[in-house]
Amino acid sequence: MSVVYQKSRGLTDVSTHYCPGCTHGIIHKLVAECLVELDILEKSIGVAPVGCAVLAYDYFNCDMQEAAHGRAPAVGTGIKRVQPDKFVFTYQGDGDLASIGSNEIVQVAHRGEKISTIFVNNAIYGMTGGQMAPTTLIGQKTTTCQDGRKEELAGKPIKISEMLATIDGAKYIARVSVDSPAHIRQAKKAIMRAFQTQLEGKGFSLVEVISSCPTNWGKSPVEALNWLRDNMIPYYPLGVYKDWEAE
Amino acid sequence: MTKKLMKGNEVIGEAAINGGCRYFFGYPITPQNEVPEYLSKRLPEVGGMFVQAESEIAAINMVYGAAGSGARAMTSSSSPGIALKQEGISYIAGAMLPCVIVNMVRGGPGLGGIQPSQCDYFQATRGGGNGDYRLIVYAPNNLQETADIMSEAFETSDYYRVPVMILGDGMIGQMMEPVEITPPKKKRNLPAKDWATTGTDGKRKPNIINSLYLNPAQLEEHNLKLEKIYEDIKANEVRYEAYNVEDADVVCVAYGTTSRIVKSAIMECEEEGLKVGLIRPITLWPYPDEAFDKIKKDCKGLLCVEMSLGQMIDDVKIAANGRWKSYFYGRTGGMIPEPEDIKNEIKKIIRGEK
Amino acid sequence: MNEKIIMAGFGGQGVMLIGQLLTYSGMNEGKQVSWLPSYGPEMRGGTANCHVILSDAPVSSPIITKATSIIIMNNPSLGKFEPLVIPGGDIFVNSSLVDIEVERNDVNVYKIPANQLAIKLGSDKIPNMIMLGAYLAKHPVVSMDTLKSVMEKTMQGKKAAFIPVNLSGVQEGIDFINQIK
Repeated sequence: MSVVYQKSRGLTDVSTHYCPGCTHGIIHKLVAECLVELDILEKSIGVAPVGCAVLAYDYFNCDMQEAAHGRAPAVGTGIKRVQPDKFVFTYQGDGDLASIGSNEIVQVAHRGEKISTIFVNNAIYGMTGGQMAPTTLIGQKTTTCQDGRKEELAGKPIKISEMLATIDGAKYIARVSVDSPAHIRQAKKAIMRAFQTQLEGKGFSLVEVISSCPTNWGKSPVEALNWLRDNMIPYYPLGVYKDWEAE
Repeated sequence: MTKKLMKGNEVIGEAAINGGCRYFFGYPITPQNEVPEYLSKRLPEVGGMFVQAESEIAAINMVYGAAGSGARAMTSSSSPGIALKQEGISYIAGAMLPCVIVNMVRGGPGLGGIQPSQCDYFQATRGGGNGDYRLIVYAPNNLQETADIMSEAFETSDYYRVPVMILGDGMIGQMMEPVEITPPKKKRNLPAKDWATTGTDGKRKPNIINSLYLNPAQLEEHNLKLEKIYEDIKANEVRYEAYNVEDADVVCVAYGTTSRIVKSAIMECEEEGLKVGLIRPITLWPYPDEAFDKIKKDCKGLLCVEMSLGQMIDDVKIAANGRWKSYFYGRTGGMIPEPEDIKNEIKKIIRGEK
Repeated sequence: MNEKIIMAGFGGQGVMLIGQLLTYSGMNEGKQVSWLPSYGPEMRGGTANCHVILSDAPVSSPIITKATSIIIMNNPSLGKFEPLVIPGGDIFVNSSLVDIEVERNDVNVYKIPANQLAIKLGSDKIPNMIMLGAYLAKHPVVSMDTLKSVMEKTMQGKKAAFIPVNLSGVQEGIDFINQIK
């Protein structure tokens, strides 16, 4: 019998702790496949965040460092400066990257640090139980905005890709989604491109992945993906925001 | 090599390189700016790297990444900046990463001032960050000692996989003294850093640098493992200077800059025929409890002198363990105790007036 | 020997420099030395000072609370440091800039019109060197040869051109004191 599909060797055999319908699993798989297909798994060092992906160090089959909340880009900088010939990526959620770690992500891009970031945006704090994130949509209900996010109290959701694309040191910035097979294929292409940006020594690269959180959104996995398509993608348009080759 | 007249902060920089440091991550703050300035020029000359981070928080986390990659890395700052680094220091201690952190202490709390102070003793020795952890804390009192300690700090930190903190102050950082920077005297048998994240190269299982243990039994086991290392450090790394302790009627206890002022006061006391000793902890953690055992039974008291309102005095009392009365004299906010005032305190103890 | 000297003036008058030259020279002549500056915002145009110790014995405190000599380059510094001089100690005042009088009568006061003397030598940059010379006339703790070699080592490149005029300033200070003897 021939093998037509198997789990990427970029992932370990450890079962993930992610909730049913969570899209972290898909994103992990895409990252792992890209590491294997680019033949860089053995020279990769990943940096895990604090948040739902905190245990990512158990899932990626490469060297990993677990960073303090929001500090993955700084940790990644330390790793890359010591080992410029290695491949360094951070994997961060929206509370980690867009809130507590907003300075670190801006500055890592500003320095043009040759590392790549996977930014998983599900518009909520997952690990801590569904609190409002900087990315939470207006009107979206969370445990810390139970009547829905109000602009006058919390501002409008922050658009990280648009912001980072204005920074010179950021050489590839794209926003993708993993809500459908077509979007998943696009997402993988973007991750490949981001990784190549680092491998070619161009500068900082980031892929923002619009993701779902059925548990904390209070929806079934299918409802969650529908909600993502109807609400998140209109506010967070998909596309390439910066590409060094296009410049 | 002959002695060179050097500024304290530059001694820190050059001795770090001498000790094998090749990576520095920092953020400007007075009074330690000459450390990053010096290293920004010197590190590239020896194949190293200097990065000016966006904040103290980022700087210490860059140290985490670099140390986790197996490099000898350091950061330096002053009190408010060190406060910001505490998160990273706790993670580094938890993940068992070797590195060196320099604190050129200034007056506090808050933004405080920029003049010399010793108000960060608690922060340095009690763990300014969260969790059951320790740092090996050195407090040199002259620039030659600073050079020697700094040169050996990376070796010591690598050996135990415990971060080392060098506690100085604006005076140590700004003053100039003759210094000779020589290769570290104490060479340790260091195991390979086979835990570092250097890429598996397809030859081993992935290495993980981490301080997260969600299972409390595993976290306790990890804490006990750290504690065992701390016990080793207590047994082997205590350093202090004792001066005329055995037959002193008053024993002063002081570290760093203050110990030199106290020494001046003691010499003036000696001219008046008084018997005054000095215990100068060089390691603030582990604390040199054993130094106190040499004090005679009928010593009239211990005088702890600090540039703070009394922090090390707690350790003096623990070490004294009720055997002698412990007194305190301190100035704070960047004010410096004067030998004359210290002399008066000593005399009050001798006369039984305290 | 246990010389404890405070040099003080406005930032930019070069008190740190003469302190370093003296410290460096002392070290090269085998003395125990320390140099401790004031630091912070006052360096940028405010008052600046440094404490210099040259001693036969190891230096205990680098902070001077009892000065054997002080070198004063502006009014505020005189008020600040006059009380620290030991009885019988020396106060060297740049009388071109300091127009207040020393109040104590248990110290030796030397008034040196350092700015006028400097202009006479064709450089307004060297009053500090003249003051250093005045101090060395009364306390020949290091030789002119040592001082010259220290300048040659510490003032390189463009700064090397100033060594002759600096040395002439030091000599002028020495001569001035010797002539008023």
